[in-house]
Order: sequence, then C-alpha cells, then structure tokens
Amino acid sequence: MVRKKQESMSTAREQILNAVRANQPDLKALPEVIIPADNIELQDKFTETLTTIGGKVIKANGYDDVIAYIKSITNTGHRIISSITELSEVISASEASPLPHSLQDTELAIIKAHFGVAENGAVWITENLLSQRVLPFICQHLIVILNADDLVANMHQAYEKIGDEHYGYGTFIAGPSKTADIEQSLVLGAHGSRSMTIFLISLPLD
Amino acid sequence: MNVGLFIPCYVDQFYPGAAIATLQLLEKLGINVSYPKNQTCCGQPMANSGFEHLTGGCNELFIKNFAEFDYIVAPSGSCVLHIKEHLHSHEHENEAAGISSKIYELSSFLTDVLKVESLPSRFPFKVGVHQSCHGQRGLHLSQMSELVAPAFSKPDSLLRMVKGIEIVPLNRMDECCGFGGTFCVAEEAVSAKMGKDRVEDHLAHGAEFITGVDMSCLMHMEGILNRRGSKVKVIHLAEILNAY
Amino acid sequence: MHTETKDHAELATVFNKDEARVDWHDETLWWIRQKRDKAVNHLPEWELLRETASQIKDNVLSNLAGYLVQFEENAQRNGIVVHWAADAAEHNNIVLGLLHSKGITKMVKSKSMLTEECHLNESLENNGIEVIDSDLGERIVQLAKEPPSHIVLPCIHKKKEEIGDLFHLHLGTPAGNADPQFLTETARQHLRETFLTRRAALTGVNFAVAETGEFVVCTNEGNADMGAHLADIHIASMGIEKIIPKRKNLGVFLRLLTRSATGQPITTYSSHFSKPREGTEIHIIIVDNGRSKQLGREDFRNSLKCIRCGACMNTCPVYRRSGGHSYHNAISGPIGAILAPNLDMEKYADLPFASTLCGSCSNVCPVKIDIHQQLYKWRQVIVQNGYAPAGKKAAMKLMSLTLSSPAAYHMGGKAGRFVMKYAPFAVNNKLNPWYKQRDMPEPPKESFGEWYAKNRKA
Repeated sequence: MVRKKQESMSTAREQILNAVRANQPDLKALPEVIIPADNIELQDKFTETLTTIGGKVIKANGYDDVIAYIKSITNTGHRIISSITELSEVISASEASPLPHSLQDTELAIIKAHFGVAENGAVWITENLLSQRVLPFICQHLIVILNADDLVANMHQAYEKIGDEHYGYGTFIAGPSKTADIEQSLVLGAHGSRSMTIFLISLPLD
Repeated sequence: MNVGLFIPCYVDQFYPGAAIATLQLLEKLGINVSYPKNQTCCGQPMANSGFEHLTGGCNELFIKNFAEFDYIVAPSGSCVLHIKEHLHSHEHENEAAGISSKIYELSSFLTDVLKVESLPSRFPFKVGVHQSCHGQRGLHLSQMSELVAPAFSKPDSLLRMVKGIEIVPLNRMDECCGFGGTFCVAEEAVSAKMGKDRVEDHLAHGAEFITGVDMSCLMHMEGILNRRGSKVKVIHLAEILNAY
Repeated sequence: MHTETKDHAELATVFNKDEARVDWHDETLWWIRQKRDKAVNHLPEWELLRETASQIKDNVLSNLAGYLVQFEENAQRNGIVVHWAADAAEHNNIVLGLLHSKGITKMVKSKSMLTEECHLNESLENNGIEVIDSDLGERIVQLAKEPPSHIVLPCIHKKKEEIGDLFHLHLGTPAGNADPQFLTETARQHLRETFLTRRAALTGVNFAVAETGEFVVCTNEGNADMGAHLADIHIASMGIEKIIPKRKNLGVFLRLLTRSATGQPITTYSSHFSKPREGTEIHIIIVDNGRSKQLGREDFRNSLKCIRCGACMNTCPVYRRSGGHSYHNAISGPIGAILAPNLDMEKYADLPFASTLCGSCSNVCPVKIDIHQQLYKWRQVIVQNGYAPAGKKAAMKLMSLTLSSPAAYHMGGKAGRFVMKYAPFAVNNKLNPWYKQRDMPEPPKESFGEWYAKNRKA
C-alpha cells in the first residue's frame, strides 16, 4: 500500500519534470541585481515608515527605558514573555521553552531583532531569538528591541546581511497585524499582535 | 517629403471633418499630402476579434496603397498601432516592415518628424483631453500613469500652442473609455458604464469639448453625451489644431 | 441535462444592474490602485526593479526543471517532505492522505489561490474534513459560500452590512452591527480558538528558494504563521512556477509584491520556513495542473511569471466594473483571463474578450507580463480552435472580403458605406446593443473619400 503510493508520487514527479524539461525555453541568464541604496538618515526613515504602517518607534538609551515603558503599559495580571535576561524584572515567571499553545494568554512579548529595514519598517527575526516561533504572533502586543545601528536601507541590503545564514525559521515583521478586508477599512490586530513597538537603543559610547 | 494620408474607415465614413482637418493642417505646414483612394481599413476590427488570419487581403491592399510614401500619417492612434504591430505579408514583408516604421499618428508626426513649435490656431474653449489607450500605451504619445517615469504628452504639447484654449484636469488622466472595438457591443454593460464614467469626469471638470487622437473613443463618448442630451461636443485633435 | 455555460458579458450585465454598487466597487479598487501609485513613486528604481524581476523569472522559466530538483533536494535536506502533484485531483488526494494518516479531520487554511484553483475545500469536505479559512476575507466568502472575487482582496465585492449579516447568522454578532473594527475583532476571537485547536494547517507559498530549500509566505494578518506554528503538520501548496533561484532574489520580489498589491512597503509578515520545528512536520506539495503545458506555449509562457499581487485587477477598468465573479474562474481579472484558457479553452473562451486591450494591466505588472498582448493572442488561438460563435465567423469573413476590395468598400451613398453595414455603432437597428445606452453617430452627407474627390483633383 505504502509502496504503491510512493510509486504514483514518483510518477507525478517524473511526469512533471519531463513536461517541464520538454517545454522550458533555452536558458536565459540570471541577472545581477545592481540597485543603488541611499544610506543616509536610516533611523529617521525607519521611524517614519514604521509609524506610517501602524507601528511605534521609541528611541532609548538602554534597557531601563524599556522596563519603565513596560511597567507603564501593563498590569500585574498580565503575562509578559521574554527571553531577554536584562528584562527579568518585568517578565512573568515561566519555563524556559514553553509549549506554543501555552502562550495563548501572552499579553506582551518582548523580543530582539537582528536588524531593521528603513524602506519598509520591517525587522528581521530568526527562531533563535524566539522561545517559540508563534510568540510574536500569538501575543496581544509586541515589543522589539533593536540596536539603533543595526539598520539597512533596503531589502537588497537586508538579504546581503542575512547572507547564507542557516535558520529553521525567519521572518520580517513590519508593524502590527492588520487587515483591510472589510471594505478596505484598515483594522489593526487581525490575528497577530495588536501593536508593535520598537525600541531603537543607542548604546552610549564609552 | 511625400506623405500618404491614411484615413481609417469609420473616420472616412462618419467623421470626414477630422480627416479634412488633418489634410488641411498638414498642407498648411507645407507638406505634400496624397490620399490613396483605394484604401479601406487596417483590419483591426477583425484582428481584435480573434480573426487576424482573415486580414491578409487588407494587409496586401494597405501595402499596395502606402508602400511608396516617405511617411504615412493617420488621425488615429489605434489604427496606426495595429499597422505597426500586425501588418505582415508573405510576399511583401520588407514593404510591410517599412510601413510599420514610417507610419505615424498625427500628433507624433507633428512633434517628432515635423518638430512643430508653433501653430496659428485659436480655440477659446475649455477642453478635456482623452488619452486613447492605443495611442498612449501603445504608441507612447504621452506618459502613462502606471509608470514611474517623467511626464510628457505629445498631444498636450500641441494643444498648448493653441491660443485661448483651457485644458481641464481630470480625476483619472488615462482611464479607458470602454470602446474597445467589438467590445462596445459584446460587453455592452461594462462598455457603456466605462463610457459614462469617462464622460462624467470631463463634465465634472467643466469641459466644453472632449478631444483626443482617436475618433473611435470620441465617438463612444459622443454617443453617451448625446444620449444624455449634453451640449458638450467631441472634437478630434486635428480639428482643434486646424481651428482659427 | 442542463449545461451551464457562464459568460463574462452576461454575468457583468447582471453586476451592472446596480449602478451605485458598480460605482462603489470601481472606486474602492481605484483607491487601491492610487495607493499603489503613491507607493511605487517613492522608489526611483521602480522600473528597474520590475525589469530585474521579469528577467529573474525568465531565468526561472528557462531552468525550471533544474530549480525544482534543486529546491526538492535542499528542502529534503532541511527535513521538509516534498510531494508532487500533476493535477488538482492529485494535489487534493495528497492533502487528504496526509490528514488521514494523522487521523486529522479538521484543518485551518491560510490564503492559497492554488487550493482555490484545485477546489480543495470542496474536495476535502466531501471526504469528511472540515476546513476553515483563516484569512478574514476568505473566511467571509467561505461563510457566504462564495469563491473569492479577487486574489488579494477575496471579499472586495461585499459591503460591510452584508458581512455584518453573515457574522450575525454564523458567529452570533448583534444584528445590524457592520463596524469593521468590531467584525474583525469578532473574527479574531473566533479564529483564535480555531488556530489553537487545529493540528493541521495549510498555507500557500509566495516564493520557494531553490538555493536554500526554504519557502516564504506573506500575510498581513499573521494567519499563516498562527496556523503553521500551532499545528503538528504544516502543508504548503505551491505551483511549480513559485520557484526563485536565490535567497537574495527575495529582496527584489518582496519590494515589488506588496507595493503592487496594496501600496504597503511590505506585508506585515514575510515568513521564511526552512525546517519544521521540533516534533512537527512540514510537507510541500509541488503542483503542475497545466503549468508545464502553459510553459510550452511560447506566446503565453510568461504568464507563469505572475506573483499574484492583483495589481492588474485593481487597475483594470473592466474588472472594476464587472466584479471578480463575472470571470467564473478561481483567478479573475486580466491575469485570470490569460491563465484560464490554458486549463479549458472552451469553458473560458469568453475571458480574453472581456477586455478593451487598454494595456494598463501590463504597465502595473511587477514582473512585466505582457498581459494585454496575451489577451489579443488568446483571441486568435480561441478563434482558430473553433470556439468563436458561428455568426461572428460569417460576419468576419464577409468583412474581410469587403475590406480587401476597394470596389465593394466604396459603394456610393450613405447606405452603401461599409461602416453603415458592419460597424456595431452604426447598424441601424434599435436592438443593437450600442443603442441601449448610446446614441448613433449622425451619418454625414459625404464621406471623406467623396469630399476629397471633389476638392483635391489629382
């Protein structure tokens, strides 16, 4: 039974590949992408873009500012999830790697991002920055910590930076989850986080 | 310079004024213009309906009528585009290719070949300019709103030479009027709605005339204007440029 | 037996009976087109990006078999299971088999036009599987038992009051509440429960990277991620044309996709799936369903470059005034009209004619598909394959004869003029569709030819 199934699958594979081989045109070269980028005022551009798409950017000097902000927006009953040790003062006690479903009542998640992209307000996150892949989606609100120097101008630079890094899962997140499916009225908070706040942290120069 | 005047069939038979204005305007500019009397049609009505394979006779006739000229000029973007893209002949492919490269829609002939910089024209009215799709997106007579590219418009640059004219702005600068050849009857509901919406844009901006490079679009809008009893008229670009 | 032939013109006539609604539909989509214009005008390199994307896709189509094999190899190395489906039925059977093997009877699905094309929901439901669409727009049309009318905006044809009524009926919201914020919140609560209880999630694939074996899914709502990260098994369905060669090519496509689609600089989430998370499975189903055949049609092959942004629909003056359902195909609008005849030329013979060939679609296309040229070419193919109405064939033959003969063309007098006999706008018959909403042009005393003979002697 199992064997038969595999046979039919390999038939489909061969059938498709043969048809494609027979029908694909002569090889055309893959173009080099040479698109100039404007690398000035990245912080301002990033802030402006993210704000336009419903996100919020706060410039900060360190984690103290983040902690103060978290205290100002949460109550004692709120479940706050983060694996950033500097925030231990405000995060809820929980196991190191919670099951994804157990995160369903997360009010606030705080995660780090590798870098941000000025042209679209997105931040790049891979799963090694997350206790669970679902965390930035299942939480009601999301805070992202980003080093203010870790900004690139556009997506070409973004992928240059990512290079051939191996990850099981990575995502660009640009603002809160949203939909405009009902008569094009923009509503924030579709299925993912209702808000996204980015702390751009400038480390004081010693 | 010998110019062959190509007058599309429906212009010949319904809008001779546009054809006469084209002829007179070219003559005024000192051009030697002839009108080959055996011309019929470019074949587009058949081709756009899926019957390009029946246009062979039209093509041969077109080549016979026009191959000899230095330039071929027509007051229609749509018919010129059709000839440029689809004129072929097994026996006379060189002539066909030659025609494709020397056929011009009127406004681009004036701006690109004759490089007209002034005209003795006068037309003291508010005019809405309809961008006919085949002229605009096919022949690039003006910049297209979809592209990230510098603005220009050959018909507008000519209209700006006309004394007293006021060109009204439009909400949608280059939306199709919905004529589309047989589309106008095969898809009557959508076609008429497109026409109504296009006309409404011109009326809302106070146009007294709607002009353009293609009489077919103008005819479509005229049908709608007349049905609603509007006093607004359609007028071919050549007629404005030839007015004084 | 009654066989139903659907026809764009007839369906569009029904759509146009409510003119105020047509205006609303047109304005809504035009607004999105304007948002697109605003977004793309922020990028001076926009046209270069389009050209680059088009060339990357040219390369993909010219080496598709090689890239598919490379993708399969890398995906398998990453721990993803790869399946191949020659057609819709095979695709649906693979999904069903996977669910059966896990004893799963309920699945959550995020947006995938391919599964619409394959009629997956219907097929699974006939086999006792419940499918819930999680994209808000898709959930709405699912509740309404309708197909999506637009590939990016599935319920763009629905007014909020109608959505309020649907939610009242199916989700128990108060009657008469049509506030988008409230309705979206209701769907969020309702679907959150679904995400938390489904062991299987199906998503589409926006891009599959041959070089790395990863695939990218783009959503604004976060529904693909919510489904995939909470399920034991993630099934991703992709057409063979979704392949791109290198990861860095994503930079080009992600810049183009959402700006073209909605005018956003990027979707909220662009998720790259490379390996299944521990204890779970990812299955990719690579589907042909006519694509390899289209690849062999030289004139139509580059329709396979499509990245499903929907820009051609938003800009199409015909789509905006006929609604997506008039195209009676999973993919509507200009792109649907050049893809559908490949699948069934007879059934979709009407679609390439549902256009004025204005060309706006080709200009907004982020991968520069010559959509309107292909519409023209499909017309020729459809006629040559015998799918034109007989009356039209006869008329065209007669027209061809007349136009080839100056003598026949130049019959004297008004009534003898060629245009009077053939032009749809001139045929003197009040049953003529032209006359319904438009007046006939007034025939002049003499034609230009007649005037010329009198006034310019050779």
